[in-house]
Formats: sequence, C-alpha cells, structure tokens
Amino acid sequence: MKIHEYQAKEVLAKYGIPVPKGFFTDTNGNAKELAEKLGGYPVVVKAQIHAGGRGKAGGVKLAKSAEEAEEHAKAILGATLVTHQTGPEGKEVKKLLIEAGCGIERELYISVVLDRASATNVIMASTEGGVEIEEVAASTPEKILKVFVDPAIGIMPYQCRQLAFGLGFPKELIGKASKLIMNLYNAFVGEDLDMAEINPLVQTADGQVIALDAKLGYDDNAMFRHKDAAEYRDLNEEDPFEIEASKYNLNYIKLDGTIGCMVNGAGLAMATMDIIKYSGGEPANFLDVGGGASAEQIEEALKIIVSDKTTKAIFINIFGGILRCDRLANGVVSAAKKIHIDIPIVIRMEGTNVEEGNRILQESGLNFIIGNGMRDGAEKVVAAMKG
Amino acid sequence: MSVLVNSDTKLLVQGITGKEGLFHATGCREYGTNVVGGVTPGKGGQETDGFKVWNTVREAKADTGANATMIFVPPPFAADAILEAADAGIELIVCITEGIPVHDMVKVWRVVGDCGCRLIGPNCPGVITPGQAKIGIMPGHIHKPGPVGVVSRSGTLTYEAVGQLTALGIGQSTCIGIGGDPVHGTTFMDAVKLFNDDPQTEAIVMIGEIGGTEEETTAEYIKENVKKPVVGFIAGQTAPPGRRMGHAGAIISGGKGTAADKMKAMREAGIHVCESPADIGETVKKVM
Repeated sequence: MKIHEYQAKEVLAKYGIPVPKGFFTDTNGNAKELAEKLGGYPVVVKAQIHAGGRGKAGGVKLAKSAEEAEEHAKAILGATLVTHQTGPEGKEVKKLLIEAGCGIERELYISVVLDRASATNVIMASTEGGVEIEEVAASTPEKILKVFVDPAIGIMPYQCRQLAFGLGFPKELIGKASKLIMNLYNAFVGEDLDMAEINPLVQTADGQVIALDAKLGYDDNAMFRHKDAAEYRDLNEEDPFEIEASKYNLNYIKLDGTIGCMVNGAGLAMATMDIIKYSGGEPANFLDVGGGASAEQIEEALKIIVSDKTTKAIFINIFGGILRCDRLANGVVSAAKKIHIDIPIVIRMEGTNVEEGNRILQESGLNFIIGNGMRDGAEKVVAAMKG
Repeated sequence: MSVLVNSDTKLLVQGITGKEGLFHATGCREYGTNVVGGVTPGKGGQETDGFKVWNTVREAKADTGANATMIFVPPPFAADAILEAADAGIELIVCITEGIPVHDMVKVWRVVGDCGCRLIGPNCPGVITPGQAKIGIMPGHIHKPGPVGVVSRSGTLTYEAVGQLTALGIGQSTCIGIGGDPVHGTTFMDAVKLFNDDPQTEAIVMIGEIGGTEEETTAEYIKENVKKPVVGFIAGQTAPPGRRMGHAGAIISGGKGTAADKMKAMREAGIHVCESPADIGETVKKVM
C-alpha cells in the first residue's frame, strides 16, 4: 500500500527521524494561515499524490510570504499533474502539504528495500540526492553504497557509521546521521514496509540532518499487524474498479485494452493477457478470481468487467482443478442471467468435469462462445471483439 | 527416479483440522501419498477423517517418522509453522499458504536456508511425482508419469502446461511449484539442478513470470551446465510496470524484472522460449 508524503513523514517522526515542520490540508483558503503558523519563510507548498516527479510537473512551489503560499496552494489544489509516473491522463491534486523550508547544504539519498536475490534487506545510500536512484544506478553505479542487514541480528551501529562516513558527513554530524539511518531501518522492519526512501535526505546549513521528502510503502500482507496504518489508504488514489474488486477479494488491475478477462490464478491470468495480445487484441484488465472462485465472486467479477464501458468482449479462461468446471459454468450462467451483458463472452475451460461444464453453457440459452484451448479461446475473443 | 517426493514420503499436514488442510490432506491420500497424520496445536489426540492429530511437529515426527510436511496454517502464523517443522528436523517443508508478510519470510529464510532441510514455497501449489505421490493442491489426474521436469512460479499456469504435455502423450518426472512470493525456499536454480541430476528427467520446462532476476541467473547456469533441452515461458509480457500482478513477487520495479529481459537472457542461454503460453507442450514435443 502506497501512502502520501505527509503520512510517511508522520511515520518517520514516530521513529525519531527529523522532518520539517508542516501542515496537511485538503481545503482551499487556509494555506495562508498554515504558512503563518510555521514561523518563518520560505515555506514550501507540496502536492500530495501517489506519484513521483511532482517538482518537474509544477506540484512543488517555494513561497516567500504567506500570501504567496496562498497563491501557490490555490493553483496546485485541484490541478491535474502529469508526471512520468502518473500516465498521460495525470492525477488530480486533492491534498497539500505546507512545510517549513530549510537551508539546504547538501542533498543525499537513502533507502531500504528487500534484495530478493539474497533474501535480505539492503540499505542503499548515495551522495546524488534529488535524483532518481535508477538514474544513478545506470550512470554512476559506483556512487551507490550498499549495506546488507542480517535479519537475525538487525541493524548494527557500525553499519550506520559506515554509511554516514561514506556519505561524507562531517565528523560532528556522524552521530546524527547514523542515528537517522538506524531509525529508518527500524521503521522499515517495525512497520512492515516494502520500501522506505528518503530522497533527498538533506544536510542543512545549521547542522541538521533532515528527511526532506519521504516515500514509504506498506506490505499489503502485513496489514493485519498495522491496523492503525489502514487509515492511510487513500481511495482517491485508486481506480474505482479496483476499489470495487478489492471488496470481494478479487485481484483486479485496470488496463488500457478492450478485452476483459476473468481467470483463476495470477500466472494464468498474466499468460491470458499475453495470449490476447499475441492474438491481436489488447487486455482491458488483469483479473485473478483465485483458486476457489465462489459464485458470488464470479458474479461480482463479471459486473466489474462489464461496468468498464471500454470493454468490447470478455474472455473467461479457467483451468479447473480443485474448482470444478461444472460448478464454474453454473456460476457464470446464473451471473450472466442476473446482469445484463450485451457483449460477446468466450469461455475456455479445462480440467475436472469440463464436458459437463460445456454442456451447461451450451444448454443455458445464453450466447456463449466456447474456446477449445487457450489459443482458440484467445483467437475467438479477438474475432468477437472486432465484430 | 523422481525428485523430492516419491513412495518413500511420509507426509504430515500442519493445519490439518482446517477446511483447506483437511480437504487437501484427503486429496494427497487419495492420490497415493502416505499421509501419516497432521498437527494442530491444542487438538492433539483427536482423529479427523482417519488422520491422527498431534499438538507439535516434534511429537508427530517421533511417533510416525514423518520426513515431509505440507503447511496450510493462516498467514499470521505460517512463519512460525515453517520454523517449527525445520526445528523438528523435517527434511521437506512445502508451504502452500499465500499472504505471509515478506519480513517474516526474510527471518524464516535466514534460519531455513542453512538448516539442511528443503523449503518449497510459500504461496505455491506444491510438488508432485506423477503416479507416485503428491504434496500439494494440484489436480493429480491431469498428470502422467514421464520424462519432463516442470518448475514454475505459478499454480494454474503450471496445470495449463502439464495439461498440454499430457494431451500430447508426454509425461512428467516431477512438477515443482516454487511459488509466487519474493522470498521463497527452493529456487529455479535448485529445481533445475535437481532435474539435471535426475536420470528420469530428459527435458525441463521452466515457467517464470515478471519480477526479480531468478530466471536470468538460472539461465546463466543452464548455459554452462545443462545439456538437457529446456523450454521456457515468461508470464506478464503485457503487464504494466510498478503493479503487483496477483503474486506478491510479480512486479516490475525500477525497470527491473521485465518479461523482455528474462526472455532475452533465456534465449541467449539456449533455452527454447515460447512467446505464447499455448505453445509450451508443442515446443517440448519438438525439442525432445
């Protein structure tokens, strides 16, 4: 689960990491008042959206007075930002962070992520702050410092010192910087994060080490341990179809194509998208109904697929093992009778009781197209989509 | 010959009194696996559908000589269950549970990686040696004994590939589902090594997906060490970057883990890569 910068800073502050003083707002007209409360200028007005590249898109502005902060807030709130991470349609700004500015001496980078290959957490740091780490990795990989943390021991002070010295902090700031690194690691583990990034981490003219920006992501599988963090979820940042699907435990992702898919299993669902493309179509979504796929889930899944009006045809691809094909067919037939579907549906089933399943579909009086195998199913749905 | 599971397997089921655990314990027994009982803390001494239940894995192992376990314990407690099995000295631990927090698995792997036992999964369908035994949730009847070793990060996509092979009359030596999580026990590399050393296995099918770099490193190994033909497929050629595609581990992040990169590395290693998932069976037939 992604969270906003202002929320991430709240979490970091809880772990003892210095962040600039700031206020969050989602209403127009109070930026001036909030800027005044910060007690000095400049202040920074920052758009809160779940995407990087806000600065370049005009979502981060410096203000030298309360009036100027108000002007910026008015311009940014409600505007649509288009960054390299939002897609061409951009994202509407519904929240702002009004934050105290600071005298930046140096901009650095620090993050914690899982290194999948070694199954250990790795802290990455670089003197190239304010730049995306992928760019640094591509152009000057030698500038990225890495420390791997033994999960049985946890982070050790020497590892933090190693990074603090490596980042070139002056002697008198090594203590502060090391402590921040240790706290960041502890937040990563303590909050079950799947990513924690401070970019830039700044060294200020008055000798502070501060998290100027922050990006944190929670492990969705660990939310049962972090009930308080659940309120960080921002439905404005999610696709409405995806929100609906999540209510029924359906794994759904909206895509740009015209062929809706319903599949059991994540790997087969991805492969189904691939074979649609291979057959000359474009998938409208990824949808994994899971191994069980109850009648209710099948019905809700079909509802979501047809409510996306860009969808021109549906491909249901099920490999029934534990889930029997006859039961699936009954589920699809009753769902299709309940909801009005006026686009073609191609169904390909394989596995337990497939003959019985196909008979149920054929005798249902509904106009299903039956696919024999994945290739045939994909070709038929592409043909049906084209009319 | 076969790898990992065969007629000598003595299987325990952790979480056997749950709905899923009991259903699949029964499925494994019907397929011919020697299921010696199960473990549910607090329900020791009971019997459910002919399965004896113990409170701890240690007790169950002492009484039965179990050498394998299949775990259906819910995600918050699954890491504990894996470590309990490892501590009891169970040689093969197959964890079916989906949704274990990744930080839990990082800790588990720190212990299990060095303890001499083998972990398969989590978030996997398990492992089957057709005609002999299965430890997992896969439909046994679509399999057929034969010469092809199958290793995959997916469940139903593996069934799809197996279904294609069986329909062409090509059987399987063993099928291993390594699971869809970012941190898992047995890797592609481990499975490929097992198949390479197994005299019954004449060809290998490797089904990967987006995310991580395991397919690439395994391709390197295959290039240098494997003479048997290898057929590959990567799911997620059309997946958008930055999104988790159902599996916790199926995500393209920072431009890494794309299907294109994996397919390229596999082709360069001499692996027969299928563009379409419908071609897996036919490609195996061609190269054998």
